[in-house]
Amino acid sequence: MSEILVKDKEIVVPGEILAKGMDFLPAGGAIREGENIVACRLGLISVDNRLVKVIPLTGRYIPKSGDMIVGEVAEVGLNGWRVEFGWAFQANISLKDGSNDYIERGADLTRYYTHGDLVVGKIVKIAGPKIIDLTMKGPGLRKLGPGRIIEINPQKVPRVIGKAGSMISMIKEHTGCNMIVGQNGRVWLSGTDPKKEALAVEAIRMIEEQSHISGLTDAVKKFLEKEAKK
Amino acid sequence: MSYTKRPDGRKFDETREIEAKVGIIKRADGSAMFRIGKTIALAAVYGPKELYPAFMQKSTTGILRCYYDMMSFSVTERKRPGPTRRSNEISMVTRDALLPVLDLSKFQNTVVDIFINVIQADAGTRCAGICAAAMALADAGIPMKDLVSSVSVGKVGDKIVVDLDKTEEDYEEGATDLPLAFMPGTGKVTLLQLDGNMSKDEIKKALEMGKKACEGIYKVQKEALKARYKK
Repeated sequence: MSEILVKDKEIVVPGEILAKGMDFLPAGGAIREGENIVACRLGLISVDNRLVKVIPLTGRYIPKSGDMIVGEVAEVGLNGWRVEFGWAFQANISLKDGSNDYIERGADLTRYYTHGDLVVGKIVKIAGPKIIDLTMKGPGLRKLGPGRIIEINPQKVPRVIGKAGSMISMIKEHTGCNMIVGQNGRVWLSGTDPKKEALAVEAIRMIEEQSHISGLTDAVKKFLEKEAKK
Repeated sequence: MSYTKRPDGRKFDETREIEAKVGIIKRADGSAMFRIGKTIALAAVYGPKELYPAFMQKSTTGILRCYYDMMSFSVTERKRPGPTRRSNEISMVTRDALLPVLDLSKFQNTVVDIFINVIQADAGTRCAGICAAAMALADAGIPMKDLVSSVSVGKVGDKIVVDLDKTEEDYEEGATDLPLAFMPGTGKVTLLQLDGNMSKDEIKKALEMGKKACEGIYKVQKEALKARYKK
């Protein structure tokens, strides 16, 4: 009775019927409309047994708890900081989550993070549409030093990082740059050689452009090796 | 005298040449161009973003704002720039035509903005605008359960025709314009306006023809969206 109408890794548009019948279940990017499973995002199909889902190719970053993000301190208040990170609303760092040190009452908060500082934090809790709590306590969470920020499509972040960080560590290795990729699509990178920094940016742009192609890691490796010889 | 031949030699149920392109405006979250004959519409989507003035925010859902306008050079006689009664109304009907397919319930307190600009007008601009906006929304990754395809049908003289152009709209013996928008997946109507006189049977026939034309438009929209990522 039930049948699937699309192939794995096919590109679908919103409204396309992916499967008929009740034997399949819709996951992210797909919804059930009566008997059918319908795509509601523009993206790639992924079929996992009975689960049909659409991996989106476009769209803004939508915050999720547990995500590591790169943001900019927008406001220093009396009891915390507000961080802008590419979503409609700012995230909040409370005094408790601000630092591993004990912050005394009435202390000068700009000593920790001040207006315009880049930070890498982790979303701990989303308590409402406007209440997003960020923490700075944890491995790798810190204030970022001088470097440059480039913005990429947030849906392509998994490809830039690669399987178990394979892609990003390869770029780091070849260019000698320090890189942090936030789930919100902001990449901080800093290197000693501006030329190599530019190369890293180029590699990231290449991944972003060709993210839907398989065998990308090898292509990027070839590109980096070719550029290194120049 | 009956209306026997269309000025550009099309069949009565034939649309003009259609072209669609997605991702034309880099800084926008989603964008699209839709051309039907000489009518060209551009749409750009921004959001979800924080909504001001704050009293307009809804804590249960995000809202959609539409802005439709024709460029001053889009018509033969210069159009005064800025919103008019006409463009305000079209902005409203465009929003209402697109809202049924969108799911903004996860974006509470935010707004999704759509800007539609007609850079060349030759009748059917609101329909071209809706087609472009639907593609731009899909490109912006806003969850939607269907696309929207739109075309204008009408009566020129005594014939029911699809996709009127400006010369037909100005036909001296009278022309009726009936803009339509469909959700192609379910066949539901999201826009239906009527400017002129038509009988019940004529409207039925026009709807039938419009639906068929929309299926053709839907194919073009779908291909344009997929073409952006195919290689």
